[in-house]
Amino acid sequence: MPNSLQEVRLTAAQVKEMFLYVGKQVRESKPLLTKIDSAIGDGDHGIGMSVGFTKAEENLTQKEFDTINDVFKTIGMSMISSMGGASGIIFGTLFVGGVKGLDPQEELNLPLLTKILEGSVTSIKERGKAKLGDKTMIDALEPAVLGLKQCVEDNKSLLEGLKSAEEKAEQGVERTKEFVAKFGRAKSMGERAIGYQDAGATTVYIIFKSMREWVEKAFVQE
Amino acid sequence: MKKIINQPENVVEETIEGFLAAFGHSYEKLQNENGIIRRDRKDKVAVVTGGGSGHEPLFLGLIGEGLADGVTLGNVFAAPPPNNVMEVAKAVDSGKGVLFIYGNYSGDVLNFGMAAELLEMEGIETKTVLVTDDVASAPVERKEDRRGIAGDVFVVKIAGAAAEKGLSLEEVTKVTQKANDHTFSIGVALAPGTIPGATEPPYTLADDEIEVGMGIHGEPGMERTKMMPADELTDRLMEKVLEESGLQAGEEVAVLVNGLGSTTLMELFIINRRVAKVLAEKGIEAYDMDVNSYCTTQEMAGFSITLLKLDDELKDLYNAPADSPYYKKARTGGNVYAK
Repeated sequence: MPNSLQEVRLTAAQVKEMFLYVGKQVRESKPLLTKIDSAIGDGDHGIGMSVGFTKAEENLTQKEFDTINDVFKTIGMSMISSMGGASGIIFGTLFVGGVKGLDPQEELNLPLLTKILEGSVTSIKERGKAKLGDKTMIDALEPAVLGLKQCVEDNKSLLEGLKSAEEKAEQGVERTKEFVAKFGRAKSMGERAIGYQDAGATTVYIIFKSMREWVEKAFVQE
Repeated sequence: MKKIINQPENVVEETIEGFLAAFGHSYEKLQNENGIIRRDRKDKVAVVTGGGSGHEPLFLGLIGEGLADGVTLGNVFAAPPPNNVMEVAKAVDSGKGVLFIYGNYSGDVLNFGMAAELLEMEGIETKTVLVTDDVASAPVERKEDRRGIAGDVFVVKIAGAAAEKGLSLEEVTKVTQKANDHTFSIGVALAPGTIPGATEPPYTLADDEIEVGMGIHGEPGMERTKMMPADELTDRLMEKVLEESGLQAGEEVAVLVNGLGSTTLMELFIINRRVAKVLAEKGIEAYDMDVNSYCTTQEMAGFSITLLKLDDELKDLYNAPADSPYYKKARTGGNVYAK
């Protein structure tokens, strides 16, 4: 156990535990995500994310992990190979995109998490062609990662970084309500999509929120 | 929502099992993926189609002679994952390359796209034709954004015939792209279809309400209006689809009146009767009329009208024999159901 929160570093085994917790939270949000997606999409986002995290849990619990890279890759490939739909590729890339070409890492701290997720944002944008304001998960992810980056520059702790990411993601979700959709099935709604939040952005928020909760529970308990 | 299923998460696997129980003599499933391929594969360009499940008989009903060689099936209304697409492509490739044909939806584009990249690295050549027949899904200036609906049937039919003739991948792709560019559809929804296991429909339409141009997954259409008599409704759809197609008197079309799931054949015939009349009035020749429910969305109510504008090349391929459990074309030409 680290002496100060500043020095919190997660082992691969802890990162695995964290994402098992994240997966559980996303799965429990299935009805909410279904409801959000039904308003302007075809309502399958919650089901898809649930399939993906269930597969990830299956593959994560089967083995011990030595590297952070391997944990991220296992989660991402589980999603890509099981979910289908746009979400399968996009959320799979959230996990594999950032560890592609990364040297094997045994511990995760805030700078490393930030570096990984910056790579993810680049990969997702490249593959999905979405940018800020297109009413996609990017609207939550990109500001959240910028929040992480700011915290790295300010020498903040992992927990503080995740709190900032959660907050920025939540604001991003709120902002998606103002946008018309440029992708997916909501695109054809035009102006009628305004007022509704994006389901993928909501999932990004749930992921950061759950990461924060797990780190908080694991390290702040004196 | 009442549905005759077991566990919602098993619907795709169980659908495939039932399909193969009936047609396993001609088709087989890939071992670890929800992909189905023809048993009698030929030395020719392979045609692969697919997409989310829940639209039966699309896509599995379109595998056969003169049609697709393999189908890749995703979960309900969700594109198949890349590994699924890849395994199907590898299983049907004879070395002459693979043509992917699928509806223009974000999920399909991403998953088939990733599969195509990975296949290229493994030395398998692929080409893609996106089906974009739904004229209500985007204005003509953004034609490339349009979605694919029942027009899949015509596009796969033409591609299958071209591949069967022994054309190269380039040539098959070219004529298939032309078939898509000549295919125009428009639909109307009367009631939603629900995802198996879902407790609520994804959207609602009042008893006396319909939505013109609504997509097959409930994507919003052009206008929500009051229910109206069949002729009036058909006229409205025909006006839009004819305008989009630019069809002139003296030209020929193949027509598909497609039911969306729970609309009865009786209703479809009543619609088709009016379609025939409208075409005749315009001096457009209905070369063939197919009245069927190929592209459905569960128990969704409504229909779509698809026009395939024929030229000599497309007519020749349209008339080629085709044989799958759900789509048959007699060797003499003309659909065996319609004629």
